Amino acid sequence: MGEKKTVYSICGMCSVRCPIMVEVEGGRVRWISGNPHDAGMGTALCAKGIAGRALLDDTERPLSPMIRDGERGSGKWKTVSWDEALDYVAEKLKAIIDQYGGRAVLLSDRGGPFGEYRKAFLKAIGSPNYCNHDVTCAVSVNHAALSLFGFGRKTLNYDYKNTKHIVLYGRNILESIKIKTTKAVINALDRGAKLTYIDPRYSVTAAKATRWWKIKPGTDYALNLALIHIIIKEGLYDKAFVNRWVHGFEHLAKFVEQYTPEWAEEETGIPAQEMYLFCREIAQDAPHVIFHPGWMRARYKQAFWESRTTYILNILMGAIEVPGGLFFMKGPKDAGKKGLNSIGENLPKVEEKRADGAGWKYPYINKGPGLLHRAFEAIKTGDPYPIKAYFVHRHDPLTGLPDPEAQVEIFKNLDLLVVVDVNWSETSKYADVILPECTYLERSDLIANQKGLKPGFRIRTAAIEPQYDTKPGWWIYIELAKRLGKGEHFPYESIEDMWKKQLEGTGITVEQIQEKGFITLTDKPIWYDRMNELPFKTESGKIEIINKKWEDAGIPCLKPYEPPEKPPKGKFRLLFGRCAWQTHAMWMNNPALHPYLKENVLWINKKVAEEMGLKDGDKVVVSNGGYQKEMRIFATELIHPEAVFMLHGFGRTVPQQTRAYNRGVADQRLEVGLLDVYDPAGGANALCECFIEVRPAK
Amino acid sequence: MAKYYIYHDPTRCIGCLACEVSCMDWKGLPYGEANCRIFRFGPEALFGEPDLTFMYTSCFHCEKPLCVEACPSGALAKREGDGVVVFREDLCIGCRACITACPWGIPQWNEGTGKIHKCDYCVDRIDQGLEPACVTRCPVDALKFVRVEEASQLKRMRWLRDTFGRQVAPAANY
Ligand code: SF4
Ligand code: SF4
Repeated sequence: MGEKKTVYSICGMCSVRCPIMVEVEGGRVRWISGNPHDAGMGTALCAKGIAGRALLDDTERPLSPMIRDGERGSGKWKTVSWDEALDYVAEKLKAIIDQYGGRAVLLSDRGGPFGEYRKAFLKAIGSPNYCNHDVTCAVSVNHAALSLFGFGRKTLNYDYKNTKHIVLYGRNILESIKIKTTKAVINALDRGAKLTYIDPRYSVTAAKATRWWKIKPGTDYALNLALIHIIIKEGLYDKAFVNRWVHGFEHLAKFVEQYTPEWAEEETGIPAQEMYLFCREIAQDAPHVIFHPGWMRARYKQAFWESRTTYILNILMGAIEVPGGLFFMKGPKDAGKKGLNSIGENLPKVEEKRADGAGWKYPYINKGPGLLHRAFEAIKTGDPYPIKAYFVHRHDPLTGLPDPEAQVEIFKNLDLLVVVDVNWSETSKYADVILPECTYLERSDLIANQKGLKPGFRIRTAAIEPQYDTKPGWWIYIELAKRLGKGEHFPYESIEDMWKKQLEGTGITVEQIQEKGFITLTDKPIWYDRMNELPFKTESGKIEIINKKWEDAGIPCLKPYEPPEKPPKGKFRLLFGRCAWQTHAMWMNNPALHPYLKENVLWINKKVAEEMGLKDGDKVVVSNGGYQKEMRIFATELIHPEAVFMLHGFGRTVPQQTRAYNRGVADQRLEVGLLDVYDPAGGANALCECFIEVRPAK
Repeated sequence: MAKYYIYHDPTRCIGCLACEVSCMDWKGLPYGEANCRIFRFGPEALFGEPDLTFMYTSCFHCEKPLCVEACPSGALAKREGDGVVVFREDLCIGCRACITACPWGIPQWNEGTGKIHKCDYCVDRIDQGLEPACVTRCPVDALKFVRVEEASQLKRMRWLRDTFGRQVAPAANY
């Protein structure tokens, strides 16, 4: 027993960051649920979110700062104090900055709303080299949006609540859970909305869909071109909207003429007849329809064009800034209010070119998230300049990016590799220094913007004190900045100091936000006048079918379709995904979640398996390059014969994680040579351009 | 009389296991050993049609609970008033008689304690006006904690709704 309190905060078990309510008793977290003040959330929480309590008690994590005490990767560590660890990092950094300049420092993370201090830290030391994990996530989707609208993907969101038809391309929305979204989709389906799900593999989302198209892997672009062909040819598009807002429609119409549904049937395996029916059906529900442009679409070299044509389908349906379609995310300004202040004081402008080439070598690539795989190339070659220090913040490139062996080779060129994490990530094994962050339940973070129809702010507030010798991320970087003589940019002692700075002049107090965990700046949802005032950020102020930025770089916005490579004989295209109680390979070792999924299995087409003399449950060896491992198969008709599928995140190699250690197969280790294979227009790694061998185990 | 029922709607359920993890977390059960359990049929092609269906199983809190009749130590009992079949771990002698007696296989073995574990609708929560842990945190409201008569109505409506693919309401609600 002891003092009881309720804290409204933000979950940290996956990158969705759902609003939560945490009940604390006597300094212990007793209960976590969804934040009932948020109507779309209620008390709902997913299995991972609930397992946050098990995370707190899990001691198979780095629980105090550590410095490597042997070869890199040897797994030998010396536990040190924070002062020692930070002094050590600062000293190394100083030497690197003195010799190579601040630009020699790279940092990558998983993005998110709380990371301002990390970018500010880089600026303070004069480095332009911030990257998030987006090359293995949504970077191509982002560029597809930029090329059409002039703004990134996050400016538009989806109104599932009022939609009549949702179209998803492998966006496994019912297993890659975002609670509010997942619930809204289920509600929509219960109301009678339709769901078309396109995926070479069956999933829970497919199970709830009105229509599942078992598409040939890598042919989404062909399908989209044919759908656009039908929609234009049959005049099913929203003419008023297109006339008002689309610049270059005639190019599109002309371009898709050649891509008939009959042609696409050959390519995709989806009957042309079904495409016609689909288009006529969805046009009746327009504009209250959503073609999801994709989230984790870092799968094929054509990702940019897949996503771009998906956006175009929304545009043709007029599904922009309309209930049940896509809508603009509004910020404080739209509500006539002042936004948050940035925390960095008088930060110098960093003029230096980015090492990954974003913004100059690749002028059409957005400098925000950068291109981490190109930054790795710079580490490898020293071109355009040497990168000598790498901060990996709550990110795990050795799991998230392909081909960890190649990455470890590249990291040999680094003088300093620092991992800041809550967990033993695969990357932490190769770190020089591990700076353990406290968990999201033990940590307050910067106030974040909450964009939407009703913009506002939200906050993560620590429910309890850190239980081990771990620290919040912002504290770590500010301490480092001070040690590097850059303390003047961060005149703060506590998170409260930073909150104060963020809220200055907004008329809002932190207590007001904490009362419910969030605050909205308006009662009424804000909609723009969709025929008169849509703020597209392109040169023409309209949606651009042909965007100069890409065309000037020799990248056609309407790229002729290229069929995906056929798997060589005896090989399969490797697909991967998630289930609802694991994410981003983060919680394989969580004591509460581990029992529910100890190893992954290989989905393989039943007929194909039979031809190989295999039956469901048999063991096979999967291999590519130097990596091979045994696993069991799940033989099913419900996967395309060219593909095999496994859940991501297994085959872990950090021995401290005793539960997950060496269990299952690591898909990224099979993705040999894929670090340099990426979508040239959008920048995302093409993780599914991977063929692996499968043979019966002896 | 049994008053309550946990109604599970398989049309909404996404098999996400939040209910299991929620139960385990609230009840302090060994990891992986919740009182409720989600089972799945599929994924499979049933007569050529792909299918994947989830089923929630937990205690039904029977009118005439055979587990209670079989329990020699009084660890299982039907609560006065709301008819919840409650379990007192301190009284359980680990004889497993209830495991044999329950027709639905609800009481499960707890390795850690050498006793059984079984759902009690989170009486500690419902007595405070809350709902059972599984229901409270289900991400898609596939679970509903309702009175028994409501559950049977919901079930009938669900069947009609899924069969006809249209919204349905009792004709009298006009
Ligand atoms: S989806 Fe689950 S893990 Fe992710 S933020 Fe929401 S509750 Fe947390
Ligand atoms: S929590 Fe809800 S949706 Fe998830 S498995 Fe349980 S009943 Fe189904």
